[in-house]
Amino acid sequence: MGRLSVNLCGIELDNPIIPASGTFGYGYEFAEIYDINILGTFSFKGTTRDPRFGNPTPRIAECTAGMINAVGLQNPGVDKVISEELPKLKKCFHKPVMANVSGFSVEDYAYTCALLDKEPQVGWLEVNVSCPNVHGGGMSFGTDPQAAAEVVAAVKAVTSKPVLVKLSPNVTDIAAIAKACEAAGADGISLINTLLGMRIDLKTRKPVIANTMGGFSGPAIFPVALRMVYQVANAVNIPIVGGGGVSTPENVLEMMLAGATAVEVGAQNLIDPMACKKLVEELPAAMDTYKIENLKDLIGGVNNG
Amino acid sequence: MQDSIFTIIENKKIAKDVYRMLLRGDTSAVKNAGEFVNIQLDGFYLRRPISVCDVEGDVLTLIYKVVGKGTAAMSEMPEGTQLKLLTGLGNGYDLTPAGDEPLLVGGGVGVPPMYLLAKRLLAQGKTVHVVLGFNTADEVFYEDEFRSLGCDVTVATVDGSRGVKGFVTDALPSHYTYFYTCGPMPMFRALYRATVTSGQFSFEERMGCGFGACMGCSCKTITGYKRICKDGPVLRKEEILWAD
Repeated sequence: MGRLSVNLCGIELDNPIIPASGTFGYGYEFAEIYDINILGTFSFKGTTRDPRFGNPTPRIAECTAGMINAVGLQNPGVDKVISEELPKLKKCFHKPVMANVSGFSVEDYAYTCALLDKEPQVGWLEVNVSCPNVHGGGMSFGTDPQAAAEVVAAVKAVTSKPVLVKLSPNVTDIAAIAKACEAAGADGISLINTLLGMRIDLKTRKPVIANTMGGFSGPAIFPVALRMVYQVANAVNIPIVGGGGVSTPENVLEMMLAGATAVEVGAQNLIDPMACKKLVEELPAAMDTYKIENLKDLIGGVNNG
Repeated sequence: MQDSIFTIIENKKIAKDVYRMLLRGDTSAVKNAGEFVNIQLDGFYLRRPISVCDVEGDVLTLIYKVVGKGTAAMSEMPEGTQLKLLTGLGNGYDLTPAGDEPLLVGGGVGVPPMYLLAKRLLAQGKTVHVVLGFNTADEVFYEDEFRSLGCDVTVATVDGSRGVKGFVTDALPSHYTYFYTCGPMPMFRALYRATVTSGQFSFEERMGCGFGACMGCSCKTITGYKRICKDGPVLRKEEILWAD
């Protein structure tokens, strides 16, 4: 075990760097330009029970130090993910991978997770509760502690793999949602998902995004994400995967001080496909600068004195 | 796909709002006509995808139109500026079905990728018909360059200030064996109806990454969902679903 290793819900990671779901596909586009086995792991594209095309285009809008996306969970559905994408993933990535799962009902989540539970390469299930609950008036599962807890309980009942819940930041009290997930049996919390955002084209006076609103990500959201990781770390006793605007090794160290065991990197992969490779390579020098011997000693070490 | 540093060796205006940038660097990842590069610009979060106009040795030619702040910033960059480029993006045109007399149709800033395509087709001994469409004479570029290559060139302008008055569909040759095109959607729709052979269209869409990871530029086709940046930008006439 090296200086960078951390343990996430019982599985050892060589380093805490995890490309976030939706920014890394199933890994193979990135494997064209570097050996992705240097990563701690990665979270593959959000998977749903049925195939989804997602939202109309334009789905992307540029912002200051960030971007908005409204892809809409495009994916081929869990059956094809297992039959077509995972075999391709397996060829370029040989470590346990994180399976990101979305659903529109509690049953959807349980169905998809039960199938992914049978896949040996899946190390963790990362349950995205930012989707609208079609049986609950369209409110996101992640905005209601009880609805989030129901998803966690249903998923835990069908899997023996560690379950991480990926929380939406678009809530009043994220710590309360995290606590409800922990009480329902979650093995870890992953945060944050994107912040709801919007842009308007001044020439046409129309929203830039066809779907009007979308998820804002990029370096601009880092302070918000860090604050939420800190709040959740103070509220729960399960490991946290911190993410949101991470683009430098120093950001990684801050996230870990705030309480993250591992760190997700999202939008940065899209503007620099080598971003996560660079983070893994640059971490040791940043650790030396701040006299950090082992990364795992840093977790939650923010000095409030 | 390759991420590397290029140096600007020329950057000049060649028509109304249109600039040509020559860059020196490692062009080894650029393979097919119709590919694009994605350029990182200081002060802008997302890269700017620009089609490849030409590649000769270690020199890459890009022609771009100033449409917003990013391309405006590009237009002011002096020679010697270093830029980070992702090269070798997109599928590019498939030359196999071209036949003896392929037709190349470029509309506005869709003209540039036709240049490398014309060179490649001429190198195979084809007779290459080129139709270039613009709004007005002051927007016209590369008419002489295509002619110097040895193409049969027709220019159409909407206001008739240069060449044939009207759209590219008013200037199509009487005979061609296949067609290739790049340009705006209204031109694509008109060409789809006006052309008598099969062909290939190069599409444009707002992109996140440009290399297939984010699904930001997906479209529906007869053969399934495709990412414009990775499975495209070139789609075959037979697989296109027109959303109307």
